[in-house]
Amino acid sequence: MSRRYDSRTTIFSPEGRLYQVEYAMEAIGHAGTCLGILANDGVVLAAERRNINKLLDEVANSEKIYKLNNDLACSVAGITSDANVLTNELRLIAQRYLLQYQEPVPCEQLVATLCDLKQAYTQFGGKRPFGVSILYIGWDKHYGFQLYQSDPSGNYGGWKATCIGNNSANAVSLLKQEYKDGEMSIKDTLALAVKVLSKTLDMTKLTSEKVEIATLTREDNQSKIQTLTSEEVEVLIKQHEEEEAKAEAEKKKEKS
Amino acid sequence: MECLIGITGKDYVLVAADTTCARSIVSMKQDEDKMFKLSDKLMMLVSGESGDTMQFAEYISKNIQLYKMRNGYELSPHAATNFTRRNLALYLRSQTPYMVNMLIAGYDKNEGPALYFMDYLASVTKAPFAVHGYGSYFTLSILDRFYRDDLTKEEAVKLLERCIEEIKNRFIINLPSFKVRVIDKDGIQDLPDITPERKS
Repeated sequence: MSRRYDSRTTIFSPEGRLYQVEYAMEAIGHAGTCLGILANDGVVLAAERRNINKLLDEVANSEKIYKLNNDLACSVAGITSDANVLTNELRLIAQRYLLQYQEPVPCEQLVATLCDLKQAYTQFGGKRPFGVSILYIGWDKHYGFQLYQSDPSGNYGGWKATCIGNNSANAVSLLKQEYKDGEMSIKDTLALAVKVLSKTLDMTKLTSEKVEIATLTREDNQSKIQTLTSEEVEVLIKQHEEEEAKAEAEKKKEKS
Repeated sequence: MECLIGITGKDYVLVAADTTCARSIVSMKQDEDKMFKLSDKLMMLVSGESGDTMQFAEYISKNIQLYKMRNGYELSPHAATNFTRRNLALYLRSQTPYMVNMLIAGYDKNEGPALYFMDYLASVTKAPFAVHGYGSYFTLSILDRFYRDDLTKEEAVKLLERCIEEIKNRFIINLPSFKVRVIDKDGIQDLPDITPERKS
């Protein structure tokens, strides 16, 4: 009997809202923070790592940032098991395009194709939306370095800097203040990423095991996706702390 | 019996196709255009089973135009060729294979000029010059001897005229006229047809 109800499509509430979709977005609001920033010479992705139990055996050194193909990587916020299905789908889409055209998939097409799937799960019967928002970084020959974001409803957009997950609204407003359009290098972006993360994550001190950072740059006509080692992240955090201390000292000086 | 010719230079591709429609021993039409425009700077020259040629070329060209509408940019010659190849390879293994040979010629601002040679078995090669059909028996040797990668457009047309003249003189079948086009950074342009006089 229950199938009579389960196989119905997601329907509008009398106020014209789709609750299932909104609840899915709500779920992401509690997930680990991810942020992406576009630079002139690359793109940066930074993510908060939640599972840092010392008993956890490290199977992969990367928990939240996935390489999709040579020119694309993504980071996810939301239900990890849903995200695994979607990253698998993303990789398939990229390979199918490569098989058809013998050319890497353009960034926006990959995002759009996945979003068609995400949208389908908000409309067809017996399904629930994927509880996942994704940040994509990539390079293609048409538009160069790119940053995209998609949400459970299947909406997506291109950004210069954006954030998903816990406390993302604060991070976005901070990024809006600090982002210098057209003047950002990879180095500036990395510093900004650490700065924004340290202010948005609700912890007193940022540590290298709690963040994961990846960069996408171009070398010899090839994209290079690198996940920063914990030592490199530690250096960035240290630099950030020094900057903060300097700013603090200056503020004190002005007051006195 | 049909003949398609393509020659690439530094910044252009010159293509020519005969204009004869024949079936069995009868020549039925002398002004057929065997070139299909795939996009602004991409063309496909087709020969083979009549009917198949038009059906397949239109199917491919409409799909390539659909891609442009969906994405706002065009497929590169490389991507378009591989798309065509894949479709032809899938049809080859179906109940309804297409018997189509083709040359794909295009210009891309990153890749430059490109000429691809594809046969009905869906094998594809990129070539500096290529000829389909019996015409190749008479022209490839000429092209081998006189082709240079720095040929100017005018020199390439001269070389093409020389090839067509040889076909006219040595080939037992009459191919009276060739349609000629050139593709470069400005798109596709028509050149005057080549209709050589037969030497006696």
